Amino acid sequence: MTPDLPGPLAALLPDAGPDESGRTTTDRANAAAASDVTDPDATAPDATTDPLVDVRDVTVSYGDTAVLSEVSLSVAPGEFVGLVGRNGAGKTTLLKAINGLITPEAGTVRVDGADVHALSARETSRRVATVPQDTTLAFDFTVADVVEMGRTPYHGRLSRDSDATAAVERALARTETARFADRVVGSLSGGERQRVVLARALAQETPALVLDEPTASLDVNHQVRTLALVRDLVETEKTAALAAIHDLDLAARFCDRIAVLADGDCLAVGPPDEVLTRDRLRTAFDADAAVLSNPVTRAPTVTPFPSTVELDCAVHVAGSGPAAAATLATLSAAGASVTAGVLPAGDVAAAVAADLGVETVTALPFAPVDAEAEAAARDALADADVVALAGVAPPSVRALVRDHDRVVRVGADGDETSDGERDLGIDIAATSGVDRVAETVRAALATRLEADD
Amino acid sequence: MGTATESDDRSGGAAGAGSAAQSAADGSVVDGRPWVRAAVWSAALTVVLVVTALASATVGPVSLDLPTVATAAVNAIGVPTSVGVSVGGLSAFGVTVPVPSVRAEYTYLFDLPVDRTGEVIVRRIRLPRIALAAVVGFALAAAGTVMQGFFRNPMADPSIIGVSSGAAVGAVATIALSVSGPFGLQLSAFLGAILTAFAVYLIATDGGRTPVATLLLAGVAVQTFLGAVTSFLLLHAGQDLERAIYWLMGNLDNAAWDEVAVTLPVAVGGFLVLLAYARDLNVLLLGEEDAHTLGIEVERTKRVLLAVSSVVTAAAVAVVGVIGFVGLVVPHMLRLVVGPDHRVLLPASAIGGAAFLVATDTVARVGVFAGGPLPVGIVTAALGAPFFLYLLRTREVHSL
Repeated sequence: MTPDLPGPLAALLPDAGPDESGRTTTDRANAAAASDVTDPDATAPDATTDPLVDVRDVTVSYGDTAVLSEVSLSVAPGEFVGLVGRNGAGKTTLLKAINGLITPEAGTVRVDGADVHALSARETSRRVATVPQDTTLAFDFTVADVVEMGRTPYHGRLSRDSDATAAVERALARTETARFADRVVGSLSGGERQRVVLARALAQETPALVLDEPTASLDVNHQVRTLALVRDLVETEKTAALAAIHDLDLAARFCDRIAVLADGDCLAVGPPDEVLTRDRLRTAFDADAAVLSNPVTRAPTVTPFPSTVELDCAVHVAGSGPAAAATLATLSAAGASVTAGVLPAGDVAAAVAADLGVETVTALPFAPVDAEAEAAARDALADADVVALAGVAPPSVRALVRDHDRVVRVGADGDETSDGERDLGIDIAATSGVDRVAETVRAALATRLEADD
Repeated sequence: MGTATESDDRSGGAAGAGSAAQSAADGSVVDGRPWVRAAVWSAALTVVLVVTALASATVGPVSLDLPTVATAAVNAIGVPTSVGVSVGGLSAFGVTVPVPSVRAEYTYLFDLPVDRTGEVIVRRIRLPRIALAAVVGFALAAAGTVMQGFFRNPMADPSIIGVSSGAAVGAVATIALSVSGPFGLQLSAFLGAILTAFAVYLIATDGGRTPVATLLLAGVAVQTFLGAVTSFLLLHAGQDLERAIYWLMGNLDNAAWDEVAVTLPVAVGGFLVLLAYARDLNVLLLGEEDAHTLGIEVERTKRVLLAVSSVVTAAAVAVVGVIGFVGLVVPHMLRLVVGPDHRVLLPASAIGGAAFLVATDTVARVGVFAGGPLPVGIVTAALGAPFFLYLLRTREVHSL
């Protein structure tokens, strides 16, 4: 039940790319350099582990509109793959091509070695179980009745499925639905109902499981419990799970690999920290986002910003603390070429800078900035079009930025600090709250360009 | 039908602490149990049916006592010992259509002493009519249950895809155009019903898929059209108008064992096929996509359900005319009592439908309110509709 990262599993995967260490590295440059691993064409199975679900060059159109064009994706036994992409990207369609609801115009879908579109519904449903996006369950069947429907593929028309009782009880126990097994489904809450549908899928006891936004209508607690359950199933039963998930943080936290769909194409497949990059999120979702790592789960966490400002300039962020961290994330998401420093090692801003792959000058905390660090900081400052002085700025940092002609003060505690900085001889071009920093930097840049003319 | 409530384990207070352990211990969570419940309910409702039938047979212009009726009924129990098939002909519009007819020889198991007059009345007049009412009620309620599940629509009834309208056109055309032949009226009604169902199915099917909503709307449209055809035929029926209208109201007046012998095998055979699909019907309630991912060949299953329930309905309607409401109300009543599981509901509904139609036809035959015999269709609707409205106001009938 632990929603932990699947460390040893990564090694089992055909194309897992870097192992566990790749996930926790703070060196984003290396991760970016290795990102060709995430090219979808690289997902071809190798000899060691045959994929359980193998989608190859699948094309699906509704009328004249191509929903999927030559999408390939594989899921190995014991692997949980998350499918992300904006609404209409083709996630549901891909899942339906896998569970046999849609027959693709071109390409093949093999599950457990057989082409699902050559199989009967019954044979397919013994290979793939589905947790649908929404299920009509507003009727008077009991939970046990509904879960037992998961045994349908094993029932003969006149014969009984001898494993039914045991399988249903296992599914009820696993999903913690046994205690309301006798209740009528229509009387359950949304979260409970979702678990019943999951239990129904588990009762199918298939090697593969597809889930279409299993957490979409659930509260935080049920979201995590549902995905942790899938995670557990993947690890203990070696199920191959593929889930369309809207919440990127949850996908990154629970999935071994993430596949990004956009406009019917599979943009990338790979470990979450390699796939979830600012540029890719921009392509896939048309959203500016900062990709950091959750300090608790170590999984990538995506913070999207409303796309308003596009910065094409170099900004140096001086100062430390939460305001500096937020400034780094915001400017980086807006597309600016960001440098940072001098930051005390271990500061939240230093951690964020590392997550963002920002070139950072660090110094040991509580120690004077040495000459080497100061020189590096001065180089970065010299290349910066704008300096953002953010958050906590000790005199040594203020001294560094004094010579720059375009300093934006971010997240200062009121005017006092600014006045203090003016007294120090720092030319404050503008002050800004953290939430407006991208706009302020762009305005500062515009006035500087005018001044240059 | 309040007997046997003790078998309704839904009402047993299994909910609450420890219920999971309890249900795990007695294995009641899964399967097996539905068929037991089905058997218990079927047995109980069969008792109701038999009692209703015997009570009905005592009522009439000549009152008979229950022992006479029961003895005569036991004497009437026959086992077919030899079955022969002969081919007759039905001529219509100068064309002779070959019609196979089955002739069976029966051996009667009992010959208990009983009053002769009473036995003749029971065996020749009342029992055939009661048996036919039972068979027709059985068929309509079974088909209605399947249609409501199939369409996931509480207003669905056996005629929803135009079976009754087609039968009406066939029958009224035969009456108005004076076509004759063995089973002429029934056969043309049956053919009208089947052709209509098939036409509606073809209209609603596109690329191998038959969306339920399209089917429903096509059924409504075709019913409207056929209603116009029936009206047109009635206009030109001349002196046959009364006979045609009487048929349209549905009646069991000319019931004889021959009709029972023709309808019973179709109704029971069709019912058994539908019962084999009861589990699939449950799964279909989840929606067609879910059903497919649970291993149901949805389109094929729909075709079977539609075809079989149409044939069953057509067999009933062709013999007795349009009898409304049985196929709509009875499944709802039984669903309230036994729950939504078709493995229990379908047999319970069918047997309950048989008892219901025997009871209502008794009212029609005796003419309790009218002072004379009525078409049973009037009685089923007149009693069924208020009862349905009562259910609608007091219980949750709007969902399946």
